[in-house]
Amino acid sequence: MQLLEYAIRGVPTGCVFALLAVGLVLTYKTSGVFNLAFAGQAYVSAIVYYELRKELEWPLVAAGVVSILIVAPLIGLLLERVLFRYLRSAGSMAKLVTSLGLLIAIPEIAKLVFGSETRKNPPPLWWVRRTDEWLWPEGATFVLDAGQIATMASTLIVVVGLVVLFRFTNLGLRMRAVVESPRLAELSGVDSERVSMAAWMLSSVLAGLAGVLVAPLFASLNPFDLFTLLVAALAATVFGGLTSIPLTFLGGILLGVLQAVLAGTLPTDSVLTNGLRPSLPFVVLFLLLLFRPGLRSTRELADPLATVDAPPPPPVVRARPPWVATGARAFGTVAALIAFLVSWFVLDQYWLGLAISGLILSVTMMSLIVVVGMGGMLSLCQAALAAIGAFALAQVVQATGVPVVVGLVAGVLIAAAVGALLAVPVVRLDGVYLALATLAFALMFQSIFVPLSWVSGGAVPISVPRPVVGPLDLSDDRYFLVFVIVCATATALVVIRLREGTTGRFLQALQTSDVAAASIGINGPRARVVAFTIAAGIAGFGGGLTAIDLGQASYEASFPYLIGLVWVALLVSAGARSIQAAVMSGLFFFLFPALLDKLFALPGNWVESNPDAPSWVASIANAVQPTWAQSVAFILFGIGAITYAKHPEGSIEAQTTASINALVRRVEARNGDREQAPVGAGVGPGAGGSTP
Amino acid sequence: MSDALLSASGVTKRYAGIVALQAVSLEVRAGEFAAVIGPNGAGKSTLFDCLTGVQRPDRGQVVFDGRPVDSLKPAARARAGMARTFQRIELFGGMTVLDHLLVADRARTRRGGLLADVLTGSHPSPEELARCAAVLELLGLEQWADRPAESLTLGKGRLVELARALMCEPKLLFLDEPSSGLDRHETDEMGNALQRVQHERGIAVLLIEHDVPLVERLAERISVLDYGELIASGPTEEVLSDQKVRIAYLGATT
Amino acid sequence: MTAAALELDHVDAAYGPFRALFDVSLRVDPGEAVALVGAHGAGKSTIARVASGLLPPTSGTIHVDGTDLTGRAPFHYARAGIAHAPEGRSTFASLTVTENLELAFRAARPKRDVAADMKEAFRLFPKLGERHDQLAGTLSGGEQRMLALARVLVLRPRLLVADELSLGLAPIVTAEVYRVLGQVRDTGTALLVVEQHLDHALAIADRVVVLQQGEVTFDGPPDRLGDLSSTVLLPDGSPSRAT
Repeated sequence: MQLLEYAIRGVPTGCVFALLAVGLVLTYKTSGVFNLAFAGQAYVSAIVYYELRKELEWPLVAAGVVSILIVAPLIGLLLERVLFRYLRSAGSMAKLVTSLGLLIAIPEIAKLVFGSETRKNPPPLWWVRRTDEWLWPEGATFVLDAGQIATMASTLIVVVGLVVLFRFTNLGLRMRAVVESPRLAELSGVDSERVSMAAWMLSSVLAGLAGVLVAPLFASLNPFDLFTLLVAALAATVFGGLTSIPLTFLGGILLGVLQAVLAGTLPTDSVLTNGLRPSLPFVVLFLLLLFRPGLRSTRELADPLATVDAPPPPPVVRARPPWVATGARAFGTVAALIAFLVSWFVLDQYWLGLAISGLILSVTMMSLIVVVGMGGMLSLCQAALAAIGAFALAQVVQATGVPVVVGLVAGVLIAAAVGALLAVPVVRLDGVYLALATLAFALMFQSIFVPLSWVSGGAVPISVPRPVVGPLDLSDDRYFLVFVIVCATATALVVIRLREGTTGRFLQALQTSDVAAASIGINGPRARVVAFTIAAGIAGFGGGLTAIDLGQASYEASFPYLIGLVWVALLVSAGARSIQAAVMSGLFFFLFPALLDKLFALPGNWVESNPDAPSWVASIANAVQPTWAQSVAFILFGIGAITYAKHPEGSIEAQTTASINALVRRVEARNGDREQAPVGAGVGPGAGGSTP
Repeated sequence: MSDALLSASGVTKRYAGIVALQAVSLEVRAGEFAAVIGPNGAGKSTLFDCLTGVQRPDRGQVVFDGRPVDSLKPAARARAGMARTFQRIELFGGMTVLDHLLVADRARTRRGGLLADVLTGSHPSPEELARCAAVLELLGLEQWADRPAESLTLGKGRLVELARALMCEPKLLFLDEPSSGLDRHETDEMGNALQRVQHERGIAVLLIEHDVPLVERLAERISVLDYGELIASGPTEEVLSDQKVRIAYLGATT
Repeated sequence: MTAAALELDHVDAAYGPFRALFDVSLRVDPGEAVALVGAHGAGKSTIARVASGLLPPTSGTIHVDGTDLTGRAPFHYARAGIAHAPEGRSTFASLTVTENLELAFRAARPKRDVAADMKEAFRLFPKLGERHDQLAGTLSGGEQRMLALARVLVLRPRLLVADELSLGLAPIVTAEVYRVLGQVRDTGTALLVVEQHLDHALAIADRVVVLQQGEVTFDGPPDRLGDLSSTVLLPDGSPSRAT
């Protein structure tokens, strides 16, 4: 009986999960996009509702209509028109990376528009505050608050409405047809464009509704909580096999009930309860991904009319002459030397510190090269693995008193070991599922392990001293810079050797044609586990260096999982296989916001030093806020990821190839030597040589 | 019976109630050139997938080189001596023709690994290059060795697939419609290459093919699949003149 | 003179940098059956795609029933009465047989009684009736072809563009498909039949158009084709089955 009561208490939470999960399923079903940006869309509607209701004090219905039924569908329409319509025939990975970019950019854009101040106590989408003010005034066993009533009612309406839509209406049938093949649907007389727009508007309305409904659950409104909740709801989505709305609903309710029952029955202050309760959805998600039958065999349905599209242009067939490689190496060395001299002699403490952090981040970025670029696995848990490296270093040094450098090696080994353990089950999953499983791992790590004192040292981060290597005391930032350069260079050399060696070639083969690689006897799972393990080790190395840099191993400061997602977006958009891209994006991550900060401070400073400037100039100049820096930087990082669909090889890589080709062409033209005639149009439509 | 290199017996495969293969039994002897023909949708590709391990048959056994391989994954079967090409061409992206051969050779010899990569860079050895050169020459691909494989024509691409398969030094070579999408000239070139391979290397071949003249020219023995069932099997001449075969496959109306 | 069911006027078409059609003009009158023949890769399927709006031409115009539809989305063509059964798999694998049919019927004539259409479809192809609840992706190749045909035939289009209907079908099934095509023509639907299998194409056609490397090289009644059939169609890679 007690148990039943707990279970019933779980239903409102279950409805929250169900609502978010059903929204994701709707987007996936009608657009083929596994839309992580759903949380971003939800956030925008929640902000609009907050502003209208609390700041402008609009009536509830008007605020709800504007935020959910007007703003949300407009966002959906915008996304479809400017972005996703061009991605219809793109692979699911490209779509996932795009949604990752949006997830990062949309909330920051919203902050720029509506201001980034804290929004406390988001208002509920219901009139009364609690049921006992309205129903059963006294003696009620279950008291529901306004948010819960609204959520439960809306979830029911949404689920019934969507089931009806897909089962019985023409529009639902059309949406399902269009997502499989827009062209075939057109041949049946269906206006695919309009159906696709309708689908995006509808799913965006659902995101908006979810955002407004869920917001009161948190003390203040912020996109991170919304996204974490969305990832929790993913468990229900996966339970429904990504397509079944009734099953997803059931999954959400079950998840809520399970959480409530566990909370009620487990002893309240045990480590297990404290860790398991918040992390339960992520554990369930992880296990479902690994064990839910039928999930791995759901293949993407190819559009039978895809061959109508022009074939991708044949790869640039221009062997780079040896002088290009030599020249590039010389240029790189000179550039690096100049950068080093500038850092040593010119930069002050602040900028030198940022450059060091950036260079260390580029080591972590190199781990992404191995796992994402070479292995083709979109791992979203590199930040967690880096944190493991940092924690291991700190714990080993604290416990045994060994030199920090030895601790660093221990950190690498432990991170690699954890990576290997994680890789064994995870590498069997296909693209999107692997990404989700690693994301689930990252959140499990954050909610279960980070709070434990034997992992992180508890509430106060363990401090890590700067080591003394030979005659150099690394607490001097300039010597530490040298140390970091050596570490980054060594990592880069290892990664390059692996990329060009047998390991890299096997991975390349697997990534471009899984079946063909198997046909020559390459053991795919083994090669992927190896890649994942090495990447984990490198991430642990980067994490350890970060801890040495900051003087402490702090999860909050250095490794939150969302920061890890930004790293992925950055590296993938710069070039997932290129060392150059890793170094650039590492430095960029730290230096760019700082530069913007200085830039945005200029107008204000100018006004201060010119008090007699005309007032209209001053007001314009004062409108520019240094606080914009972080937002603008993140928006650009996110937009970078959106370009991934266009340049899967990365923007830096594409740029380099283009300029090298131009250079080679010019030199050849001057030398007048005729290369062989350009090669034909490749294998042509319908016979594409590789499976992406 | 005992000299069979590959022997499949009673292979049955169903998809959602549809029988794709119905108790198909098939043998390929060492060094022999065998072929399977049949209309599209007759189950040829499914049969191929079951033999090479891409799919698990619902019933039936496959014995290769004297041992059952039913539990082996495609990669393990490849290491046991089965190599294949694909109907929808499957080349590796971003690799030259020579890279394709080197990768296949490394997969076979298992030379190089993490440590070798990091310490030595795993550059190709003279022996490896010699083995690759021999296969390139056999198939007339020498001048394309340093080209990215994706940039080649379909006909050349298929030859690269064949070369890659040969680098595995297989005992049995599975060829999945090597002439599909090729024009007459390229088909002839493919036929010649296959004849040279068979002649010089003595590898057993199992060919799936639409192009009857090509099959007639190459295969010693033919099996005919129709609606998932084997309706004829025997020496090429005999089978092709069989009335049942003519109706099911060749589209003869009389 | 009535407007042509379909008229291509000096049409060029390309896939990216690869040009597939050169200055093709082609007219199909109401109720007329035209066979489009040619070797593999000559551009037959490209014409079919241009005729149904899937591939917008790079130059030239397309009129359907007298209306200029050049560059419009394919669904305008479908609504103007052009039905296209593309080659290869052309059904929605994730929808059931019934849903596949329903989608087309409802889109074409919103006010029509879908149940009657459905009955008609299952009368034409009884096999589909047996499998009406099955996902189209689980049907055999022949059944999928029947489904694709049923979807368009029931609607009595003004023009049916049938692309390689016999490809990969057993001869008996092909004969069945062509029997149905004959019935369709008799009810007044014009046909544009793309085919490598000459016997069938010529038997049903009022007029034959021969395509070679993206250009029309013959346009006339089948009996005038004469000896051309052996010389024109076989070079460069047409499958030996066509002999």
